[in-house]
Amino acid sequence: MTEGSTIDASPGDLSQHIIGAVIEARSAQQPLYINAGGSKRHLVGRDCNARVLDVSGHTGIVEYHPGELVITARAGTLLTRLTDALHEHGQMLSFDPPLFDGKATLGGTLACNLSGPARPWSGSVRDMVLGVQLINGKGELLNFGGKVIKNVAGYDVSRLQAGALGTLGVLSEISLKVLPRYEHCLSLSYEMTAQEAVDTMNQRAAQPKPLQGAFWVDGRLHLRLAGAMDAVEHTARQWGGEVLGASDTSWCDLRDMSLPFFAGDAPLWRFSIKATAPANTALGNTLIDWCGAQRWVRGDHDSAVLRETAAAGEGHVTLFRGGDRSSEVRSTLSAVEQRLQQRLKHSFDPDGILNPGRLYSWL
Amino acid sequence: MTEQISIQDQGQGLYPITEQVRVELLHRLRQVLPSDSLIVEQESQRPFECDALMLYRDLPLVVVLPATVEQVRDVLRICHQLNVPVVARGSGTGLCAGAMPHPEGVLLGLSKLDRILDIDPLARTARVQSGVSNLSISDAAAAHGLYYAPDPSSQIACSIGGNVAENSGGVHCLKYGLTVHNVLSLELLTVEGERLTVGSQGLDSPGYDLMALFTGSEGLLGVVTEVTVRLLPCPEVARVVMAGFDTVNAAGDAVGAVIAAGIIPAGLEMMDRLAIQAADDFARAGYPRDAEAMLLCEVDGTGEEVAEHTAKIESLFRELGASSIMVSQNETERALLWKGRKSAFPAVGRLAPDYLCMDGTIPRGQVSFVLNEISRLSQQYKLRVANVFHAGDGNLHPLILYDASDPLEVRKAEEFGSEILQLSVQVGGCITGEHGVGLEKLRQMPSQFSTAELLQFEEVKHAFDPALTLNPGKGVPILKRCQEYRALPARHQHD
Repeated sequence: MTEGSTIDASPGDLSQHIIGAVIEARSAQQPLYINAGGSKRHLVGRDCNARVLDVSGHTGIVEYHPGELVITARAGTLLTRLTDALHEHGQMLSFDPPLFDGKATLGGTLACNLSGPARPWSGSVRDMVLGVQLINGKGELLNFGGKVIKNVAGYDVSRLQAGALGTLGVLSEISLKVLPRYEHCLSLSYEMTAQEAVDTMNQRAAQPKPLQGAFWVDGRLHLRLAGAMDAVEHTARQWGGEVLGASDTSWCDLRDMSLPFFAGDAPLWRFSIKATAPANTALGNTLIDWCGAQRWVRGDHDSAVLRETAAAGEGHVTLFRGGDRSSEVRSTLSAVEQRLQQRLKHSFDPDGILNPGRLYSWL
Repeated sequence: MTEQISIQDQGQGLYPITEQVRVELLHRLRQVLPSDSLIVEQESQRPFECDALMLYRDLPLVVVLPATVEQVRDVLRICHQLNVPVVARGSGTGLCAGAMPHPEGVLLGLSKLDRILDIDPLARTARVQSGVSNLSISDAAAAHGLYYAPDPSSQIACSIGGNVAENSGGVHCLKYGLTVHNVLSLELLTVEGERLTVGSQGLDSPGYDLMALFTGSEGLLGVVTEVTVRLLPCPEVARVVMAGFDTVNAAGDAVGAVIAAGIIPAGLEMMDRLAIQAADDFARAGYPRDAEAMLLCEVDGTGEEVAEHTAKIESLFRELGASSIMVSQNETERALLWKGRKSAFPAVGRLAPDYLCMDGTIPRGQVSFVLNEISRLSQQYKLRVANVFHAGDGNLHPLILYDASDPLEVRKAEEFGSEILQLSVQVGGCITGEHGVGLEKLRQMPSQFSTAELLQFEEVKHAFDPALTLNPGKGVPILKRCQEYRALPARHQHD
């Protein structure tokens, strides 16, 4: 351990227990649903009614060397535990993940590939993953990637776990690249239509300025500037708009999906599309994030229609929360891709015991 | 003539290419390709016998140079039907023998797929064919104030398809990431010749992240024909702080101090004395020739940010005992400082008949220990070594100087290199940071991965290429030989 390193005093390493559970489930041909904090059980994926494999006790920071910009922790570790440790050394998770009332874990965040408002500029959790240790469907404990910033030996199995919803393996340990916290942050707000906002966001993003967030909701565009003090202040003066002070919680509320837009039980749809795709007012109330590349829509829409809309925007749509979670919740894949994804699943989990059907009914 | 090393124990013999199959292959290729896109004569194939790692050479059955995606598809279909290996090649600038031809296969050159299809300035994306050079994307985007960030030293020549295959980095990847962070989608052909789109114009895709899997897969899973990349706004200002240090340790500490100060430089490079002098002889960059180690630290961003960070870095370097400091005052000076670094490989190459470039990655805190060990090994093997180091991201490029006409020196250089890679793994790093495994580092794969992990890689390969005809014998070891590799780590390939 180098100076300044952090390591949890009482590590909770349950990897041997998890291996045993996977081997047992495989021999009994009894599928498992991997669960830790439970914050995303009813989000992102389809319902999975398999027996719960509780990994919430598999916690602890295994290594943290601030000077290396790398942290390694067990998958059940709460994100808040990580952000606290990083904060002590002036660092952060640059992908700005939702904390979901403090219940979100590192493993769940990677499995669901959830990143916050800074994603277009500071990368996603997928981008920041350097290595993973996982237990595949055969109960083998495997390490991929590494604990260094660059590693291209072998296939990138680590980043493949992002968004795989635990269907390729039980995540055990994850190594992430971390970054220094911003010296200074400031929010600007402007009244405008959705289409004006899409245009403005993208025009501003094409300028070399310290932009680190751009969302639109309820007729207002919000921009976040973050970086060196002088750069932020100078840009704010250039761009104008209403300056929001330190009491502005809209970015945290957006990240944690606790803005009023996200309240209630109406189905929540997530579009991941080209940043400059035209604003679609026909879909009702919309929240535009990620500089236009992530758009949220509420309501009982016809999934086929939304998939066509997403395809027109050169992207895809997910029924993120609520609605019918026993049917497919994501855009359809081509026949070729579907075949390759099935083969890939089979290569990690030949008996299909890990989170079956969570991503697609056929995976 | 450099000694030849074939891939005879890397899969040759797996493909029963009889004379009948060879005749059939050529006949069918001639039906789908114009005659000037087929190279059958051995002498004309010579330019394709290796990539930039010239130690490893072989000739294929045939070189094909298709000009359209449909022709690439037809070639793949034919090879698939005849069970003939296919090795895709971009510009041949790779450094791991990843594009070395297979003696029983087709070398699929993609250099004619060289069109920039679309630049979308508002969405900040470029859609290009896979043979387009890295630098020409930035050149085309420059009119819109945008550029493509990953900048391998070979960026004038290297193709974007090759960058995807190797997940290439460059001197700016600490801040801006590798290829995998800067590509949005790929158009691919499977080994069967089926079209496949992965990724999207959004920032993620449904299902498994095949973008991540294909990037860095060294041409083992599919053939890339088109790439959509993200473009970034060109920074308002960029400046380089150059500092000389009397010891490697002091330079290593200075790197740590910059990171600890909360600054992520656009580039942070270290060179040792031999590399400094060679690069300065080559580029006349004004490097501190008497320093034991030198740092090039570039900061970019808005004018205010660069001014603030440059001052901070300069003062840190002074506190940590820099023997000389210079800050670039204009673009000409900045370009000259980088010219020395970017030409470091050929510059060092002038010091000896040949050099072997290693690519291990290490935790940054281990740099002094590792460089001291390399120095000790250099004396032990009686081979000089110059060190060029992407210090910001821990990616070390020791350049081992040797004479390839001397078989003993070839063997010593390879063993020296192998020890450096094993050392990298021992200190918590890995065997390759950006050059790829290819043929060159296959032997070191078992030092980084267990048999079960290598078997998992093989399963992934099977999912995309069940007959193992895409670039066989590269990237991941052929498993039935894996145990032999472990048992015989020192056995030379062409014994």
